[in-house]
Amino acid sequence: MHLLPLVYDPVSYSRILTALTLGFHIIFATIGVGVPVMIALAEWMGIRRNDPHYLLLARRWARGFVITVAIGVVTGTAIGLQLSLLWPSFMKVAGEAIALPLFMETFAFFFEAIFLGIYLYTWDRFKKQIHHFLFIIPVVIGSSASAIFITMVNAFMNTPRGFRLEQGQIVDVQPLLAMLNPATPTKVSHVLITAYLTSAFILAAIAAYSILRGHNHEYHRKALKLTMVAALIFALSTAAIGDLSGKYLAKYQPAKLAAAEWHFDTSGEAPLVLGGILTENHEIKYGLKLPYLLSILAHGTPEAEVQGLYEIPEDERPSLFIHYLFDGMAIIGVYLLLISMLFLISSKVRGWNPYNRKLLWAIVAGAPLSMLAIEFGWIFAEVGRQPWVLVGYMKTAHAATTSEHVDIMLWLFLALYAVLGYTCINVLRKLFVNNPVEAEIPAIIRKRGNQHEL
Amino acid sequence: MSYEIVGITVLWLFLYGYLIVASIDFGAGFFSYYSSITGEKNQIQRIIERYLSPVWEVTNVFLIFFMVGMIGFFPDVAYYYGTALLLPGSVAIILLAIRGSYYAFSMYGAKDNKFYVFLYGATGLLIPASLSTVLTLSEGGFIRMQDGNVQFLAKELITSPYSWTVVLLSTVSVLYISATFLTYYAARARDQRALGVLRRYALGWSLPTIAASLLVFSAMRGHNQEHFDHMLDLSWMFVLSLFCFAIGLYYIWKGRNYGLAFIMVMLQFAFAFFGYGISHMPYLLYPLLTIHDHINSDAMALALVIAFIAGLLLLIPSLYVLMRLFLFDINYVQNKSKSQVEKEG
Repeated sequence: MHLLPLVYDPVSYSRILTALTLGFHIIFATIGVGVPVMIALAEWMGIRRNDPHYLLLARRWARGFVITVAIGVVTGTAIGLQLSLLWPSFMKVAGEAIALPLFMETFAFFFEAIFLGIYLYTWDRFKKQIHHFLFIIPVVIGSSASAIFITMVNAFMNTPRGFRLEQGQIVDVQPLLAMLNPATPTKVSHVLITAYLTSAFILAAIAAYSILRGHNHEYHRKALKLTMVAALIFALSTAAIGDLSGKYLAKYQPAKLAAAEWHFDTSGEAPLVLGGILTENHEIKYGLKLPYLLSILAHGTPEAEVQGLYEIPEDERPSLFIHYLFDGMAIIGVYLLLISMLFLISSKVRGWNPYNRKLLWAIVAGAPLSMLAIEFGWIFAEVGRQPWVLVGYMKTAHAATTSEHVDIMLWLFLALYAVLGYTCINVLRKLFVNNPVEAEIPAIIRKRGNQHEL
Repeated sequence: MSYEIVGITVLWLFLYGYLIVASIDFGAGFFSYYSSITGEKNQIQRIIERYLSPVWEVTNVFLIFFMVGMIGFFPDVAYYYGTALLLPGSVAIILLAIRGSYYAFSMYGAKDNKFYVFLYGATGLLIPASLSTVLTLSEGGFIRMQDGNVQFLAKELITSPYSWTVVLLSTVSVLYISATFLTYYAARARDQRALGVLRRYALGWSLPTIAASLLVFSAMRGHNQEHFDHMLDLSWMFVLSLFCFAIGLYYIWKGRNYGLAFIMVMLQFAFAFFGYGISHMPYLLYPLLTIHDHINSDAMALALVIAFIAGLLLLIPSLYVLMRLFLFDINYVQNKSKSQVEKEG
């Protein structure tokens, strides 16, 4: 497999460009969905406990969040337009069958954008902090609803429902049925909860890193504790939803599950394979086999029969390298669960130190790892669906543009994302380095003092 | 009313909404840069920032809404325009991306970075120019079907006089709309220095707007006679547009009723924009796509209309809150702190 096609081919270039845009956008989209939840939690804690540290936490998170939102918005606009430009035939079908959630997503985004603007600019405008808190609620609802609606479209691509094909024409459209297709429940909940989990870990990593750098203000410890508790809850939910996703795949997309698990012959008591190398005759070497686990993942019982890849016609099988993506995602998920658990146990057990340097570094590592898991997850979802863009109805090769200039666009967008990514990191770094927390805390405490006097 | 009429009306309304809010934003970016060259920056900067900060994100949504709604109501549009627009569309995306992110960077991050301000200003003029290409394409003559494939005739577009008059009109309109709005906003803020500068910008861009409109009219005649004739049938709308322009200009000239003047500018563009849109019907793309032949199925169209109404019920109160807090809250506009208000109160 060549990374870039040797001869110009609009389908391959369209795939690469879409992957590039989505791969870049998903970083900011994930933050955009998860961080508002964490901001809301922090402000809520601040109000409940009457603790200015949590309020400052919410405020500083929101300040950084805006920068990432800006990139999320512009790359989201990019993917929205790019889908029509690169996949015109697919978007025509999408318009006919799955336009409803696409349309609703713009409303959710609109709703979020309005209230985010209000939330950011009204920190000191209300006498009661709780009134300000109320404005983050629609932001949380809007951003999560955006994720829900967009993921519904992706779910539809995996299990298209709610229409019939008659002589190449789409008829009998049932918009709600298309939205609530079999993939929707597991996919939507998985996307949401992992966005929360990843965001919690990114914010935890910032706190852990500050402590490692010798900032020992209690502000950072509060931030770490809050994010770790949230991360543990999200990690546990992720595991539960992961189990349901396995059962969904076994029932509706057996090809994806079989390819992910290198499960070739239909059989019961199927083991789950971790890692390993595949020989040309489809034998697995060096892999770690966990007995019965695939049967349990797929159907809930150790002896259940799991459909093998050989039952799928050869030209409809996805690429086998998705096995590594699936493993990577699952292992990182377990890692995040264990680390957040370890931190909380250490802070409860007498004599254990949750601010152990090794544990703190492990938390810092959790941030890039969790984002990597998001990327693995999406590549797995997309490559695992191949060769289809709309499973059973339209192959990817038939959906792409016929334009001759997609390669130029690829380079242009690559340059754009490189510049945006670089500037974003720079601006965020400057924003917080020039504005350390320790400098802000006295001001916020003084302000509250004044308020009490008044 | 049939679904195609409901659909196109809603979409056109949103595009009009985008035209107004985006013009204010694009123009503000340009003025922000321009004033930094002429040394008037500190006179108007505060007004521009004060208005734009809370609303910039909302602007993009109008565009996305229009696009997604278009594909929802008229899915074939995705196929024809999507294939044709790869180059100009991608350029517009890149400009929008640069603009949005660098605006946020300069706003929240590195204050007063000259290069960011330049990008913010330059893209403000280039984006309307590149987006207006879509309206030019819709007039026909630039997209051709060959062997079942959609072909985009880039050379025809670049050499067409009509195409260039549209670019000119979009640019000057942006500046005029923006200047009149900011004049109004400065007047509300009782910022006399900013008002003076912005009023001058507004007056300066008024006549070029009308001149560019007339140019588009005459170029349209050469490019698409059928559409031109339909426009003549609706000439009362364009006359009303001109009338509103005259009233708006009169008030700005006289230096009073800036709010009313801006409403007149909005009406001026509303009449012209809807006159153009209605006379464009039934074509979405001359002569390949019409709203009657390419409307989505009844089931989907109905679902979209219901979603739209539900969405509006959510958005209108939200937008009202946003405007209450930032546009019509006199204390916010005049940048008074709470303590000042309390003292005065």
